Amino acid sequence: MTNSPLFARASTRRQLIKSAALGSAAAIAAPYVRGAHAAGSLSLGCWDHWVPGANAALTKLCNEWGAKNNVEVKIDYITSQGEKDKLTAAAEAQAGTGHDIMSHRDWNVRIHQNNLEPLDDVVGGLIKQYGPISPVAEYLAKIKGTWRGVPTTVGSQVKPCCSRFDLYQQHAGIDLRDMFPADESKWDNAKISNWNWDTYLDAAQKLHKAGFPVGLPMGQSSDAVDWVGALYNSFGVVMVDAKDNIKINSDETRTALEYLKKLMAVNPPEVYAWDDAGNNRWLISGKGSSIMNPPSAWAVAKRDNPQVAEQCWTHPMPRGPKGRFVGQLPQFYGVWSFSKNKQAAKELLTFISQKESSAQLVEASFGYDLPSFRTMYDLPTWKTVGPPVGTVYGYPPRGDEQTSIAGAPARSEVGAQIYNQAINTVMVAKVTQGNEKIDDVIKWAENELEGTLRA
Amino acid sequence: MADTVQTWSPDLQGSLPGISASASARRGLRLFMRRRSSIAFLMCLPLIVIIAGLVLYPACYSIYLSMLNKAQTRFIGLDNFTFLLSRDVFRQVVEQTAIFALSAVFFKALIGLITAHLINNLPAKGQRKWRGMLLVPWVIPLALSSLGWWWLFDPTHSALNYVLSSLGFDEIPWLSSPYWARFSVILVNVWYGAPFFLIMYLAALKSVPEQLYEAAAIDGANAWQKFIHITLPMMRNIIAITVLFSLIVTFANFDIVQIMTAGGPRNMTHVFATYAFMLGIRSGDLPLGAATSLFMFPILAIAAIFILRGVRKRGREIG
Repeated sequence: MTNSPLFARASTRRQLIKSAALGSAAAIAAPYVRGAHAAGSLSLGCWDHWVPGANAALTKLCNEWGAKNNVEVKIDYITSQGEKDKLTAAAEAQAGTGHDIMSHRDWNVRIHQNNLEPLDDVVGGLIKQYGPISPVAEYLAKIKGTWRGVPTTVGSQVKPCCSRFDLYQQHAGIDLRDMFPADESKWDNAKISNWNWDTYLDAAQKLHKAGFPVGLPMGQSSDAVDWVGALYNSFGVVMVDAKDNIKINSDETRTALEYLKKLMAVNPPEVYAWDDAGNNRWLISGKGSSIMNPPSAWAVAKRDNPQVAEQCWTHPMPRGPKGRFVGQLPQFYGVWSFSKNKQAAKELLTFISQKESSAQLVEASFGYDLPSFRTMYDLPTWKTVGPPVGTVYGYPPRGDEQTSIAGAPARSEVGAQIYNQAINTVMVAKVTQGNEKIDDVIKWAENELEGTLRA
Repeated sequence: MADTVQTWSPDLQGSLPGISASASARRGLRLFMRRRSSIAFLMCLPLIVIIAGLVLYPACYSIYLSMLNKAQTRFIGLDNFTFLLSRDVFRQVVEQTAIFALSAVFFKALIGLITAHLINNLPAKGQRKWRGMLLVPWVIPLALSSLGWWWLFDPTHSALNYVLSSLGFDEIPWLSSPYWARFSVILVNVWYGAPFFLIMYLAALKSVPEQLYEAAAIDGANAWQKFIHITLPMMRNIIAITVLFSLIVTFANFDIVQIMTAGGPRNMTHVFATYAFMLGIRSGDLPLGAATSLFMFPILAIAAIFILRGVRKRGREIG
């Protein structure tokens, strides 16, 4: 090496020793410099929030952090309409260039796992600070023991019942506000345990008879897949287990499908064509008595049909033989492995995941955004927003309600296929709309599930 | 120039290699530029570069992608295609795409032909107005017009159903019943694509020599006989090319189905493109999505070869 003419020209032995000594001295004497300082700029591709003003809250937080750390933060808000955010992520992953931080909905962390930086230090730190994290978030973003995404507050959601308490009281004799008041300490276990799928069906039949059917989507979009997934879980239906065994051919599946035959008979026939906005429109129109959705329907009703909004109450899902489950769809921030500013990215993610930051984001979204830590469910927004005051108090999972996602507990590669191909809702639609025999549908599902196991 | 070079002595040529090389290069370039085919090539070059970059490269890349495993780490040959053929839903998608494309192209051609005749028989002044109006569906961006149709067919608040029920008829489950949903997406595709056929057929009708009709009229031919024995044979090439072009585009349709039904209910309106999108982008299995979208490629390529061969043959006969 020393014989190299290039090396000889660049530095003599004496110069080299001198430089090394100076460098070491500078490193010891210099004050602590944060990684972010050195980096300069950071770009984010974030999910474009549907709530007006919610993007501004995130921008404010990022700019605040950027100013403090001398990093220029640039955010592009990308709509999920037409899956444009997923297309952007796919394009960036294929090209190996793009934003430093990208938000990923539902299964996208798993899809891009090979291009995402491990974030164990960030998530591990947050777990230490705030306690256990949502098991659904863990299932989706902790891959082979490594966190590849940080669960976000922005856009993360669950889909409990959002019901018209006036109609429930009038036509089904159920007082939802008494059952689920806006203070968990006042929840009466005896009353809550009576809120099960049988009670729900009975009420749905009465409401249908009164001309205000419940509206439960049965298409192939996420609202439909999520509520059916929660119902399947509460009946103990497992599609594929964690060891790749197909378990759909079970008594639990038959019981759930028999139940769904009765429930779908009292839904409007158009539920088979609803997209994710169909149930929202149904409730807002005043025709519907209950849907399963985040508080977006209520928030839009507040603007478009305030009389309906004033009668809405968000509350836990009904309980089934195996428990009470609600569909959860967390979002994540991932740091691309080709990011040039990983350290700054991690510091920013830690900052916006703090409880104080989450409080601002939850506030800006009127309670729609849901952190993945249960210890954050005491944020004041859910208790105070209205009308009526306390209407979304039951939005974060409380009491015995557990979060779930359709496709679990299969390996997440398999779960993603089950979820995105909406195998659970197609099964239900085949039985309830197509009048196919339950055994034939189970056989069809077995064939489809076998396909999801492809390596 | 060529003569000048030849008069140089071999010694001189050997002593001035730079001059000789540049002179022969200039000569070659001049000859190249004199050829009409060279000019044509140069003028087409920007387009060739664009097509190579935006069509050829992605097409080759998707063929390559379709032969990788799910994680894109291993070459698996045609396994993705054989896997697809073993799936019930994929076979259903093949059937649906064929129904969608063939019926939509048939009705587009039929409606295009009828309206082209009607317009051709209008006085010249009125023709321009009708041509303009009937082209509107084809001019509006498809994503926008599909949204408009979706609003008309909205499952809960359909404007068409509002009119039907106001007139005392039953409401129609345009998008919630699988068979009506299939009908709806085909209808929108026909609405959008028929003007293309109309304009092509109208151009073809204008090129049929009037003397042929006059001669047929003298021989006592009626309108139907004129159509069968004069119009149709004279239009065969245009019909073949428009049908081929439309078939390719309709087989690859994405916007209409994605916006109106997203493949539902019960997967019964999925076509190749929407199913590929679901597998490739939503479920993250890009190789399988690529295989799905390429599935019809060989069949359409063979159809194109036969149709174009027929066109060339008829062209030679006419020539």
